[in-house]
Amino acid sequence: MRTQKTYMLNMGPAHPAMHGVVRLILELEGERIVSTDVEIGYLHRAFEKHAESETWNNVVPWTDRLNYVSPLINNSGYCLAVEKLAGITIPERGQYLRVIASELSRVTDHLTCVGASAMELGSFTVFLYLVKAREYLYQLIDSLTGARVTTSYTRVGGVKADMPADFPAGCLAAFKKVREALAESDKLLTRNRIFMDRMEGTGAITQADALAYGITGPFLRSTGIPYDVRRAHPYLVYDRLDFEVPVGAKGDNFDRYLVRLAEMEQSLRLVEQCFKKIPDGAHSLEPSEMKDAFEFQDAGKQGETALLSKYRAKVDQTLQGAGRESFGAVKAAERSAVLPPKEETYGNIEGLMNHFELIMWSWGIKIPAGEGYCAVEGGNGELGFHVVSSGEDRPYRVRCRPPCFFIMAALPKLLNGSYVADVIPTFGSVNMIAGELDR
Amino acid sequence: MEFESRWVGPGRAFDVLKYLKEEGYNVLADLFGVDYSKLGREPRFEVVYRLACLNPDTGLEDKPRVEVHCATAEEPELRSVASLWPAADWLEREVWDMFGIRFVDRPEIKRILLYEAFSGHPLRKDYPIAKRQPLIGPPAGEAENNPSFNSQRPALKYE
Repeated sequence: MRTQKTYMLNMGPAHPAMHGVVRLILELEGERIVSTDVEIGYLHRAFEKHAESETWNNVVPWTDRLNYVSPLINNSGYCLAVEKLAGITIPERGQYLRVIASELSRVTDHLTCVGASAMELGSFTVFLYLVKAREYLYQLIDSLTGARVTTSYTRVGGVKADMPADFPAGCLAAFKKVREALAESDKLLTRNRIFMDRMEGTGAITQADALAYGITGPFLRSTGIPYDVRRAHPYLVYDRLDFEVPVGAKGDNFDRYLVRLAEMEQSLRLVEQCFKKIPDGAHSLEPSEMKDAFEFQDAGKQGETALLSKYRAKVDQTLQGAGRESFGAVKAAERSAVLPPKEETYGNIEGLMNHFELIMWSWGIKIPAGEGYCAVEGGNGELGFHVVSSGEDRPYRVRCRPPCFFIMAALPKLLNGSYVADVIPTFGSVNMIAGELDR
Repeated sequence: MEFESRWVGPGRAFDVLKYLKEEGYNVLADLFGVDYSKLGREPRFEVVYRLACLNPDTGLEDKPRVEVHCATAEEPELRSVASLWPAADWLEREVWDMFGIRFVDRPEIKRILLYEAFSGHPLRKDYPIAKRQPLIGPPAGEAENNPSFNSQRPALKYE
């Protein structure tokens, strides 16, 4: 009598076909997966512990590192939770800017996911097209925030600075190229027999299982449930914007690919609508009214303060030197929580004191004691932040609800019974981001 | 986002959650712990369950979300809700990992984000942020606060 034997296969923690550091321990019977054990935690950076020892604003840079392909969504999510607890409402222009930033980030997230999973299935061209498209968006994000990936764009009470004057035009030009790249990839992949054979029917999950595992985002929508935090619990100005929630039918890898492709188009549409609806703010300055920042500072030091109010510092707009006028349009008028513009800090004593009171240890922003939860639609689903304040200048507890944690917990369900080769497309469409999963 | 908060004791938590599940709360949106020992609360921990009632057809939530707060000590142990929502499995492992709160009535509990040799539960308020672990600590004989092994700023010591 022949007995069936199984053997173990260890994939990861650093495997060339798996993006992110994660270890899968597969029990195989031939090439069929009998059971899966997922080991995570290789990128644990103690985000939640660290957050307890920093001021409210100082946590923002660490949220960049959660989902590092869509950092702007994390920035907004964290600040929204803190603002909800503090009872701060940011001006409309600031809200639109956050939406614009979040949607750009969502496109970069999906571009990375689709591009990387296509590459792992052998279509390197698509990866190059999509990463090139992502590059155009990264350059836009760079001009908006001053950084490509580690953006730290939001502050408690607003955003860092208004957008540059040429930003909308730059976006529209870049979107044209992004759309071209998407159309090309669509042509190369969507009816491609090799791609479809690998994607269709693999990694399928039922609606009931997806709900039981708490899965959200494109993954849940691929099963046909049109749950989107932007629709179910509108935040910022999403209730005023028109967008569709694309859904799949079968919940397999191919549906997830199609959902992500359709969502990118919706995100681009959202940004275009925002540019039409955004209330005007004085975001551009005439060069003649400006002096170099060092001249400005020197004049202040030498006591020539009479002329200071006439000029504005000529610093890059993304370095918070966007001018006093625009500041009011993007940040809440809340002196106990919102940093003053740099011109105020360097130009007069009230601004300087205001700045230091918010920056000094154990002064800072004092959020009333209590707790609050706010969720945003992240690249992978519902990204929630639960913040607890004890009334001090720093969080008592920050809990981040990472969307891909829930999907990864369901990974054995997706993989068991399939073949080793199916691990690659399934894991690609899960879009595991270790920075967010392990925090 | 609208939600109601409810507070229950650790003994009743499972029954309340089971009741809510039967009431239609089909999604366990989150499960996490908070250590209130620094604020002098007794018992020191709180485990929070966030439930949502998601309608698969509309994609909207039929009822406001419920946040169930369960104040608990390390003992008595909480009953696992992994039988109600499989999502709870990993989340409970994370709570055990970070706070050392035990759950009973579930297969096995092991660390999830940290490694097995890790000692202590880091999200407890009495876990010092600059503590070094045996596996990655300074070599034998070197002081724990040697700057080459401990780059944490002194400013982190608030107390």
